Amino acid sequence: MIQPSVSKSSTNTSFLNNSANRAVILQVVVLAAVLFGLWFLFANASDNLNRLGMSFGFDFLQVTAGFDISWSLIPYDPGMTYWRVFLVGIINTLVLSFCVIFVGTIIGTVVGILRLSNNPLVSQMARWYVEVVRNVPLLIQIIFWFTVVFSTLPAPRKSFHIGQWLFLNNRGLYVISTESTMSWGAIFAILGALVISLYALFYWSKPYLRLTGSRPTGFYIGLALLAITSCWCVWFFADSMTLSIPTLKGFNYVDGAFLPASFGAAFVAMTVYRSAAIAETVRAGMQSIDRGQHEAAFTIGFSRFQSLRLILIPQAVRSIIPPMTNSWLAATKDSSLAVAIGFPELVSVFMQTSMNQTGRAIEIIFMVMGFYIFISLLISYLLNKYNESIQDKVR
Amino acid sequence: MKKITMTLMAATTLLAVNSYAEQTKSTLESVKERGYVNCVIGNAFPGFYSLNKAGEWQGMDIDLCRGVASAVFGDASKVKFVPVQWAQSFTSIKSGKGDILSKGMTWTLSRDAAQGLDFLDTYFYDGQGFMVRKDLGVTSIKELAGATVCVLTGTSSELNIADYSRTHNLDIKTVVFDDSSVRNTAFFNNNCDALTNDKSGLASQRSAAAVPSDYIILPETISKEALSFAVRQNDSEWANVVKWTFAAMVAAEEFGVNSKNVDKMLAESQSPVVKRLLGTEGDLNSGLGLPKEWAYNVIKNVGNYGEVYERNVGTDSVLGLDRKGTLNELWINGGLMYAKSFR
Repeated sequence: MIQPSVSKSSTNTSFLNNSANRAVILQVVVLAAVLFGLWFLFANASDNLNRLGMSFGFDFLQVTAGFDISWSLIPYDPGMTYWRVFLVGIINTLVLSFCVIFVGTIIGTVVGILRLSNNPLVSQMARWYVEVVRNVPLLIQIIFWFTVVFSTLPAPRKSFHIGQWLFLNNRGLYVISTESTMSWGAIFAILGALVISLYALFYWSKPYLRLTGSRPTGFYIGLALLAITSCWCVWFFADSMTLSIPTLKGFNYVDGAFLPASFGAAFVAMTVYRSAAIAETVRAGMQSIDRGQHEAAFTIGFSRFQSLRLILIPQAVRSIIPPMTNSWLAATKDSSLAVAIGFPELVSVFMQTSMNQTGRAIEIIFMVMGFYIFISLLISYLLNKYNESIQDKVR
Repeated sequence: MKKITMTLMAATTLLAVNSYAEQTKSTLESVKERGYVNCVIGNAFPGFYSLNKAGEWQGMDIDLCRGVASAVFGDASKVKFVPVQWAQSFTSIKSGKGDILSKGMTWTLSRDAAQGLDFLDTYFYDGQGFMVRKDLGVTSIKELAGATVCVLTGTSSELNIADYSRTHNLDIKTVVFDDSSVRNTAFFNNNCDALTNDKSGLASQRSAAAVPSDYIILPETISKEALSFAVRQNDSEWANVVKWTFAAMVAAEEFGVNSKNVDKMLAESQSPVVKRLLGTEGDLNSGLGLPKEWAYNVIKNVGNYGEVYERNVGTDSVLGLDRKGTLNELWINGGLMYAKSFR
């Protein structure tokens, strides 16, 4: 046996010469340094707060805010608390980001594909769009759209309008809306029940369909019942509804649904900017596919559109999703720039106004950072899941 | 390699501990060591702080900071102006980026108590008002029901307007900006029906309009705005320096000392109060930790309160705010400008 000699030689090496020991020591040192760093930051902050005679705590969230927010999807008035302000800010941020991501992705995909067009006019136009938009800072674009485009729309009394349905002026967009006496909870519950029962009906009849090739009679009876119920629900809902028509009263329109000009400017600027970034992502994804595939599709008689839809895009999506995740994350984070033109999103209402009124800088910045981290991680988690599900399955 | 890492780590730790100790030094000491005062102001607010054609800062707030620099260093130019957005005002003082906050800030209880600041004295008494386009035909705030109003974020105006609207049931909508120049553009582009701010601020913004006479400032005043300067909380030594610099300007006006006659006063005045103020008698400077001629330097370099007022916001300035009959008069003329005793 040669084993003893090996173990003998290892006992001769010193403690520090053992690479396993060294690794442990290094880890401990690094951990200690990190902990010390954290402790130092914390001690420094708390010492400075003490010196200024300030405290740390989240009790301010229960205090009445006392300032107004110009646009909110949930009911808000100045008598509500800072916690409510936080919620209003989150919802406004999410609505803006969602709209930007949704429309920006569609436009970006189209532009990205046009960029690869064989028609030089089309591809050059797409190229110029992307280059110009991508190379001007977003903040400047937001301020441009607000001051040059949306601010120069006519004053309320001279609004552009379509009948009595829609009014557009430099304050924003007013559209006819409906108000229902039914609560949102009830409406969502009914909708949910209808969708679930429809799904259950399909699920239940699936084995029979597979066996015989047609659905059972019970399926059609169920479908008819569902249709009747939904008709009745719609009728019932319509009955509880009243129209709310925007009317000019005093300085401005009252009633109807309202979108402020700052939302419009932020939305357009951010969508345009995002679409240019996404267009590049899409173009890169499409170009990553071997040209042979395109030619092969062409030889077996696929039209340009068919080859795009059935062959190129499904493969391109695999390489597009990871950079697309980044774009979506950026869109969410960029929404904080809308503060420059007075759109009441999270940074504006919470990190600026609330922070100034309460002085709780550390707490508020923690909350805002926590929110952005949560949303970013959520988006990347969901897209990573999707990404896994569409990757090539290696069997 | 490991040795280098360890040395680096130790050095960083030492450095961190060192800077930690440094932070606990008093502001006056660190200002003297640094050689200049950091003064936190805003972007542009003609009359209070704005750049003139020569690219120099000028205004009431600017003069106050130059006064402090004169008191500490005998040189009005030893001051660095740090313009920050309104929303960053408090943090910039708390974090030590600035030594004096002097940007037309209203003294309120919550700011004084919860923001880590000590407000020291008021240099301009003001109140919140509204400016509208003349062609709207509005003559009173009460007629602004349902109007959209442009306002700056984090200001006391933002809270006052919500209070006023709630009290009088006016349903005023606010559009909140964080940059005063974007807010002004929005108002002049008719994005808002009215602009709200302190009245001095409104006068300043009106002066910047293309045709100032197209706009009127409504007569009502809906709040008390005492524009005051502040320093970091719990630093009395530095607070004394700033507070008494301003007091020296007010006292100088009361005693008839100004930047033009201060040398003559220094040589000839027999009045014991003037002598104490200018440092030829007594040792008022030692408690403050300043040179003997500190108040002389303030008056010589910057002037007394009356001079500062007239130069920046008075009738002959862009703002044209008449001082007569306002709270900004000296107390002997029925105003609130009152320097405590130089004794």
